[in-house]
Amino acid sequence: MTIRMTKPLQALTGDAIDRLPAQLGVYEIADRDGRTLFLGYAGGLEPFGLQTALRREIDRPGAAQFRLEYTSGYLTRWEELLMVYLADHGSLPPANVDQTTKIGRLSPG
Amino acid sequence: MDFRPTDEQQMIIETVRRFVREEILPLEADLDPDSGVLAPEDHARLVALTKQMGFYGLDIPEEFGGPGLDTTTRALMAMEMSQHRAGLYNPCYDTFGGAGLAQLYEANDDQKERYLYPALRGEKKGCFALTEPSGGSDPARAIQTRAHQDGDQWVINGAKLYISGADKADFALVFARTSDDPGRNGVTAFIVDTDTPGFNVRRVVHTLRSTRYATEISFDEMRVDGKQILGELNRGFGIANDRLNRQRIPYAAGCLGVAIKAQEMAIDWAKSRETFGGPLAEKQAVQWMLVDNEIDIRHARWAILEAAQRADRNERFRTEAAMAKLVATEGAGRVVDRAMQIHGGLGMTKDLPLERWYRELRIRRVGEGPSEVQRLIMARELLGGSYK
Repeated sequence: MTIRMTKPLQALTGDAIDRLPAQLGVYEIADRDGRTLFLGYAGGLEPFGLQTALRREIDRPGAAQFRLEYTSGYLTRWEELLMVYLADHGSLPPANVDQTTKIGRLSPG
Repeated sequence: MDFRPTDEQQMIIETVRRFVREEILPLEADLDPDSGVLAPEDHARLVALTKQMGFYGLDIPEEFGGPGLDTTTRALMAMEMSQHRAGLYNPCYDTFGGAGLAQLYEANDDQKERYLYPALRGEKKGCFALTEPSGGSDPARAIQTRAHQDGDQWVINGAKLYISGADKADFALVFARTSDDPGRNGVTAFIVDTDTPGFNVRRVVHTLRSTRYATEISFDEMRVDGKQILGELNRGFGIANDRLNRQRIPYAAGCLGVAIKAQEMAIDWAKSRETFGGPLAEKQAVQWMLVDNEIDIRHARWAILEAAQRADRNERFRTEAAMAKLVATEGAGRVVDRAMQIHGGLGMTKDLPLERWYRELRIRRVGEGPSEVQRLIMARELLGGSYK
């Protein structure tokens, strides 16, 4: 596993989501130009894991693409992704800025 | 030896039990099953409550403003505080406060002002940076991080692994080799501000644990002032050993609390679940699992309370603390495993806390010194004098 999400972005559509297994994991939502809007996770409360979480994301303003990783360690991986994004960009993705989880400092190199 | 709690201890046990039942469990029911944090407003409300109860900062020594609990009472509380889903690594979601790093109680006055007191007030967080990629069970010999003196400063280079909280800490207690002595007499403890250039948190180390992740950190030409040395040069390793031995006891008690809760769940389930024309509780295979659970639970309880009572009497308790840690971590793992077996498919799901405890308890057999090191500690004392 690399520290950054490296799979190619794909179109955020109902059909694409239907093809996903109902597993737990983390995901990135991006706009049409590939700019990250939101980093999220599908945890144990989601009835159908990533399917449920991503179906909700279709309605997010500007959301056009997504990528994901399956992992049962979704909370720690999610925090890691936020820290990496913060280290790379100096701020959190626009839709993550008002979250209450304190984000740590990482120097991923 | 009398292990019955005193009237005061019983009252404290019941107070904590009620706190978990009435305050923690309802909030936890709405959280992600792997979560380790409450919403900030809930956390603040419960901290105010534990302060009102006089239990905030449980592990802070009385001379520094803590409640002044003896080790036995602290262990009894730990057995209650861990009896919820996140309870093993986040007992009561930290609403009883922390104690900061035990080693800082040995700091000089200036260091206490800059690090200890802010940590006790909750204004600063510290992390403990001892273990290295070269090994963790024998850190005195495994430490390869080096510090060399350059005028009034020390220049530190090296790496640390499995360090909890380094990414959010304001300062770190860093152990580095400062002499050619290959053992414990060549190691110095430095208090390092984490915004010091050269202090880098490189990655999150993903483990079985779903919260309180570990990190890997590196020190790259990190310059630290000589006044940041904690204690004496080359004598960093022995700092606060007594306090650390003492902390091993509530650590074991937290595991026992989880085991007790798992056993309670297993008994309830065995009585209510019907198979082959009767409840599981009527099947001898299940009865024996429950009995084996109880043996593990009582064995751990006796070991923990014996260690705690010896500590409270100011007697040697190193062997007893090691035994408590070993018996409780290994026994609790077996108890949760059997409870999952009794629950069948349901026991494997995130609908119940058992699967989380199962994962996290596995770490407990390694964390704070693996079972083998606890046996080593006991063997040394067993073979080091006459056996009486």
